Amino acid sequence: MEKRIRVLVAKPGLDGHDRGAKVVARALRDAGFEVIYTGLRQTPEQIAEAALQEDVNVVALSLLSGAHNHLFPKVIGLLKGKGMSDVLVIGGGVIPDSDIPGLKEAGVAEVFTPGTTTAKIVEFITANVK
Amino acid sequence: MSNDTLKEKLAAYQAKVDKAIAKFPERKNLMAERLCTPLDIEGFDYEKELGFPSEYPYTRGVQPTMYRGRFWTMRMYAGFATAEESNKRYRYLIESGATGLSCAFDLPTQIGYDSDDEVATGEVGKVGVAIDSLADMEILFDQIDLGKVSTSMTINAPASVLLAMYIAVGEKQGVSADKLKGTIQNDILKEYAARGTYIFPPKPSMRLITNVFEYCSKNVPSWNTISISGYHIREAGSTAAQEIAFTIADGIAYVEAALKAGLDVDAFAGRLSFFWNAHNNFFEEVAKYRASRRIWAKIMKDRFKAQKAKSMMLRFHTQTAGSMLTAQQPMNNIVRVALQTAAAVMGGTQSLHTNSKDEALALPTEESVQVALRTQQIVAYESGIADTIDPLGGSYYVESLTNKIEAEAMEYIKKIDEMGGAVVAIEKGYIQREIQDSAYKWQMDVEKNNRIIVGVNKFQVEEKPVEGLLRVDASVGELQKKKLADLRAKRDNKAVQESLAALEAGCKDEHVNLMPLIIAAVHTYATLGEICGVMRKVFGEYESHVNL
Repeated sequence: MEKRIRVLVAKPGLDGHDRGAKVVARALRDAGFEVIYTGLRQTPEQIAEAALQEDVNVVALSLLSGAHNHLFPKVIGLLKGKGMSDVLVIGGGVIPDSDIPGLKEAGVAEVFTPGTTTAKIVEFITANVK
Repeated sequence: MSNDTLKEKLAAYQAKVDKAIAKFPERKNLMAERLCTPLDIEGFDYEKELGFPSEYPYTRGVQPTMYRGRFWTMRMYAGFATAEESNKRYRYLIESGATGLSCAFDLPTQIGYDSDDEVATGEVGKVGVAIDSLADMEILFDQIDLGKVSTSMTINAPASVLLAMYIAVGEKQGVSADKLKGTIQNDILKEYAARGTYIFPPKPSMRLITNVFEYCSKNVPSWNTISISGYHIREAGSTAAQEIAFTIADGIAYVEAALKAGLDVDAFAGRLSFFWNAHNNFFEEVAKYRASRRIWAKIMKDRFKAQKAKSMMLRFHTQTAGSMLTAQQPMNNIVRVALQTAAAVMGGTQSLHTNSKDEALALPTEESVQVALRTQQIVAYESGIADTIDPLGGSYYVESLTNKIEAEAMEYIKKIDEMGGAVVAIEKGYIQREIQDSAYKWQMDVEKNNRIIVGVNKFQVEEKPVEGLLRVDASVGELQKKKLADLRAKRDNKAVQESLAALEAGCKDEHVNLMPLIIAAVHTYATLGEICGVMRKVFGEYESHVNL
């Protein structure tokens, strides 16, 4: 049997708004993925460690506080440091269009902004997971 | 027409439209009836269910004159970057006609960390202003007369500390505490359930809240000591009925905690205030506000035996729904906000914040904030909506919807009572799960086009990138760090340590009211992080558990 895709949904930083993260987590689970949600206020170190321990294929970061330019690249750097360069990292939340190229350069595969359907996220993961 | 004739006529009407209706299957998740008649409010008793404004059960409003006497407070939520920047925005808003201030704090401040704390990196000044000590607070209210404005502070876990700073600034301006007017949000239960900016476990959090109730009832009598907030519960995805049910259940928990601490209900209940969302379904929202007033009045009278009229009145601030604004075609948000504003005013709000069109993208710019404020002013001065009190009162539809929402909310409140109250229901994850389920259902409804969001799943256009968004300069964090280093070098550190030691001793004795100790610490320029650090040490920190 093929191994199921494992996704870590994480909220880095201090932002407590997790409606989107929880909805996405549930939609991914309903789509047949194995989903782990870290809960709120995770440091980049905690997220990278959880990704390693849970042996995930995907890390989905959600952030609405505006600290994405600092926190997303930091998580990616730590993942690489732990030898998880093949983990697909995606991001979502209130993220201005103008920040997206920089985040992609830092290694975020795709950024999903408000109005995105969960179906689109499922589709993206299925098509891009390594 | 007698009811029997009406029933006959209604049946005939129903038969006539059934065929037509079958052709247009409509959204199933509506609370609304297609057509309302007197049958929907059979047995309606004006005196019992509505009464007059300012009279029990307050369905029609809490003030006798409502907006013909004075408009609601137009209170725009603002704050970003440094105290200096936010002070400028506040003065701009006051010059533009805002009649109250509403302070947004950044996340480190809301969670009791100083700007130079490692966890604050990247977050300083982002979603609100960074306040590290009394020194920042003095700048925040520079040239703003605290004796004249009323200030609302969206601060919860460290509310007692920020209130202490506000009292201290007042003192320095020569305004005594009994002249201060405003509100601290100070509602921790909804933080555990929906918003996430908690620090301590429920028990010490509830103690801090009742300490504030007690201190203010004696020393800051015009201060609203809590704003029990459904806003975030709704933003997290709840329905209208859940919004008021879970919030009122939290309110019950606060009243019980205060009674247990030995306070007299009429000594503090008049200073409890509420905070509601203004969502998109216009009539449902109007009915929600009306139902919430009636529910609270009944609970305060029957369950808690309040005697004073003011203890039974549900007074509320409203904010239009941020989660209903779309990143797509952001200009449409101006229209959404206008409708939400009309609902809040018809529902009898005491104060209102209108969101700006660009809030699904970033913090609002000065221009978009102005449009949002003008929206309130147009509703106030031009629309005529404010002329007549509770203008929708008596509508078959609005009255029956009010009854329906009241009944649904009471069903939830009963369930939570049976569980042992809101604290237990939150600890069990019940309230969180109910909210999550509603949020998920909403999202699926949108994805299946059972619910239309203009510009998102219908009437889409090719989006142009939005320009001119507000950006918070990344240097704010460094600036705050430098200010903190200077402060720590300049202040009397011995006095700081002594005040913190006294606070620590106070925390360990649950009979001590912590407010005077916090105020004393604030005066020595002890920082927010240091004060909350002492409380963290004694009280511990809350850890949430999520069941997806």
